[in-house]
Amino acid sequence: MDTFAQSARTALELIVRADHELWQVVRLSLAVSGSACALAAGLGLLAGAWLAAVRFPGRRAVVTGLNTLLALPPVVVGLAVYLLLSRSGPLGELGILFTPSAMVIAQCILVLPIVTALTRQLIGDAMHGNGEQLRSMGASTLACALLLLVHERVALVTILLTAFGRAISEVGAVMIVGGNIDGITRVMTTTIALETSKGDLPLALGLGIVLLGVVGLINAAIGFAQRWQTRGEGRAA
Amino acid sequence: MRGPTRGAEGRGAGDGAPSGSPRTSAPPLIELQHASVSFGAVQALRDVNFVLRRGDRVALIGANGCGKTTLLRLLHGQLRGSGERLVQGGAPGREPTQAMLFQRPFLLRLSVWSNLLVALWLARLPPQARKERARLALDRVGLLAQRDRPARVLSGGQQQRLALARAWAVRPQVLFLDEPTASLDPGAKQEVEALITEFADEGMTVVMSTHNLGQAKRIATRVVYLDAGRIECDLPTHWFFNQPLPTAAEQFVKGELPW
Repeated sequence: MDTFAQSARTALELIVRADHELWQVVRLSLAVSGSACALAAGLGLLAGAWLAAVRFPGRRAVVTGLNTLLALPPVVVGLAVYLLLSRSGPLGELGILFTPSAMVIAQCILVLPIVTALTRQLIGDAMHGNGEQLRSMGASTLACALLLLVHERVALVTILLTAFGRAISEVGAVMIVGGNIDGITRVMTTTIALETSKGDLPLALGLGIVLLGVVGLINAAIGFAQRWQTRGEGRAA
Repeated sequence: MRGPTRGAEGRGAGDGAPSGSPRTSAPPLIELQHASVSFGAVQALRDVNFVLRRGDRVALIGANGCGKTTLLRLLHGQLRGSGERLVQGGAPGREPTQAMLFQRPFLLRLSVWSNLLVALWLARLPPQARKERARLALDRVGLLAQRDRPARVLSGGQQQRLALARAWAVRPQVLFLDEPTASLDPGAKQEVEALITEFADEGMTVVMSTHNLGQAKRIATRVVYLDAGRIECDLPTHWFFNQPLPTAAEQFVKGELPW
């Protein structure tokens, strides 16, 4: 219990002191995970909607494969990206290993299946209930999927929040491709791992509390925006 | 090809009764020949022959599960079945412009105005004509003042009127309606019915499924009674409600069949 109390105190002190190093780490965490999610959203929302709309031989196998990738271990993603970006790898010439760019790529690969699979499920359900009406108005399959993306935009934000939560809380991938270099690729989770290995458990836990606080604030802000947007429908319901 | 009236004990052109279509000289828009539709082991339509002519106002009636909605979807081209579906919207083989109104219309989580614009975009109306057409359509159904409201906060009757505006805006030759007033209160029902009648009076061909016999009487000029996926009667409305009918249809009209 002492450790927990001390951790809470440490977290509070870090925040109150506005510790420069802490905020640098928080900023980089938000930038890396935010960029990875933005990239995954661009690809995953469209891919998920497309997969919900089209029918082709082998589609079920693709969906099963996609759902399996939901359990993708971050360490495996990190390792795969490391092999791709290392000097001897096929993309070694880019020279981005141990940079935030490599971390963005790794986290994007990690969350892309989440965005794609959940979008496919959401749009598939919406298509099942409403696709016929849209088609009767002349919508092509792709137009149906795109219109339903717009229609379900509030639920899609929840999917993106889930992806962001997964990205910002993982440590395996960013540790491998980022290297946890102080001031360059050190993010919150790799800092926590480092402090734990050094035996400074209160600081590690304190950083964990700060991480949760930051994510909580973002969730609250987006939740407020969602409620504001849907307030009219809520009243009608 | 067989005539528009079918059924072992059906009444119509085939057995000396008046043809179901009130204007048999009007050109056909959609014709089904020996159409059947199955969903797995369930046969929803069996060997249906049906001619929809320009200006027809058809009410499809029958018990739940008799095939009304399936027939609507087949006519609308949303379903594929066995048999022939011939279309003649201006020229042979050309689909007539169509719109369909569902019992519970699907409205996007957008404003009333945007829902109209999306419908017109899907109908491939030129961009410069969309705003004026949308304005006319909303004015027509009395929703112009609501144009900036989210479509899904409208009442059930208003939502159905918006769906009617959306359908009317694309100027369809044929308007299909699947129990359009089934979930509405009497006031909203009356408003929607009045609009459908107005559209039909302007020459729009209307095909409507309904459980409301009074509504069929008020709107339709032709009543088609379906039983277990077959068209049992296809008669002019005044004939259907005033003359002896085949047993099953008679029982249905008298309310002795479960709905």
